[in-house]
Amino acid sequence: MTDKRTKYQKVAYYPGCALDGTATAYDRSTRAVGKALGLDLVDVKDWNCCGAMEVKNIDEKIQTYLSSRVMSIAANEMDMDVVMAPCNGCYHNLKKAEYDLKNDEKSREVVNKLSGKAGHTTYQTGQVETIHALDWIRDTIGEEGLGKRVKNSLKGLKIANYYGCMYTRPRHIFPEKDQGPSSESTSKPHFMDDLLAAAGAVNVEFPLKTACCGGAHTLSDSDMSTKLVLNIIRAAEAAGADVIATECPTCHSGLEMHQIRAEKRFGAETKVKIIYFTQLLGLALGLKPKKVGIHENISDSLSFLKEKGLT
Amino acid sequence: MRSLAELETRLESIIVGEGEKTSAGELLKCGEEILERWIEAKEGNPTTDKYEGFRLLALQRQGARGDASFNACRETCRELVYHFNLLSNMNSNSKDTTSCLQMMTLVTNHLVLFVGGKIQQAGLGEFCCSAKPLHEKEL
Repeated sequence: MTDKRTKYQKVAYYPGCALDGTATAYDRSTRAVGKALGLDLVDVKDWNCCGAMEVKNIDEKIQTYLSSRVMSIAANEMDMDVVMAPCNGCYHNLKKAEYDLKNDEKSREVVNKLSGKAGHTTYQTGQVETIHALDWIRDTIGEEGLGKRVKNSLKGLKIANYYGCMYTRPRHIFPEKDQGPSSESTSKPHFMDDLLAAAGAVNVEFPLKTACCGGAHTLSDSDMSTKLVLNIIRAAEAAGADVIATECPTCHSGLEMHQIRAEKRFGAETKVKIIYFTQLLGLALGLKPKKVGIHENISDSLSFLKEKGLT
Repeated sequence: MRSLAELETRLESIIVGEGEKTSAGELLKCGEEILERWIEAKEGNPTTDKYEGFRLLALQRQGARGDASFNACRETCRELVYHFNLLSNMNSNSKDTTSCLQMMTLVTNHLVLFVGGKIQQAGLGEFCCSAKPLHEKEL
């Protein structure tokens, strides 16, 4: 813990396309929370898409290269040894690239060739460690440290923590997980639960915390996405949650948009609020709603937060 | 065996509470049925074996053989078994039973929707819901 506390104090920040577009609230709140906690974020220079699903579906090796370029810039041009990616898609893809480069000769060949063509140093496995925003806050500040900094407790807020599908899957690309009580679990993740509990919230038992949100179906079969989201929301409400806390921009957008669509398409009205965990932590640290981008969420949770005394 | 649509309709009627009653046994059977559908869609014969005492878990392992992306529903299946075990040890008239059954229905519904989505996409991509075959046809 102590090593990580020092190591993660200053990290290369890779926001990725989502946090630069549809998830500006996540970007804003991540930066604000980092600042409030005295942590340093240095943006990766001239970053590119991680390869997300689109490129990976066509050619996995190209995705590996794209992710490796981000890590190469951080390591070789910025002299950083940790890349922090709050987006589950980016986090997953950088981890996958690291795994592939370590274990697959063909991936190394492709990355070497494309890096040469693009005119940058080839990324060498192990040069950087990729972490999620959850690791960053938990391993630097910790639950105890966070608890001491809370100015506006989330007391009374019942939260269903929703991690989505890419934060823990597939297990083999996350060798640091499932390594005992202080590490993250791939079957029952708890880092977000731990941080929000330290901020005063009550976490409800939520069996669908790593279930698929149907994000990739959004364009090809919107009804399927809406049904999957509606089911997740219903489960959160059945568990007694006021809020679903998110840590993935794709899941977050999907939950917000399909919550509205579920009402229009299927007449299914639900009330639970969808809020990024960084927004909740920011509010607990005494930041104003605008500072953490509450106004940038699709659904309006401001009056709810006022009711709860969090603004 | 029921169709995907029939399974969905049955579960939705339980969820919205149209006076429909269910049981842990029925929900576990729904889970097995959807996994059987997946295995048959991949031209396999659904196993009758059990894993850790449950056919559902054996079917999930069989479904993931040769298609690791199917492991994305492993935790959902385990949650289903967990709720089945909880309900097996509860007094059927308690308030906890009602809420546990409600949650088990929603977990089952997720499994049915998720696997149904994968069957629809037939061929499948590298991860849970991707559409690699569609892109390959375009190239």
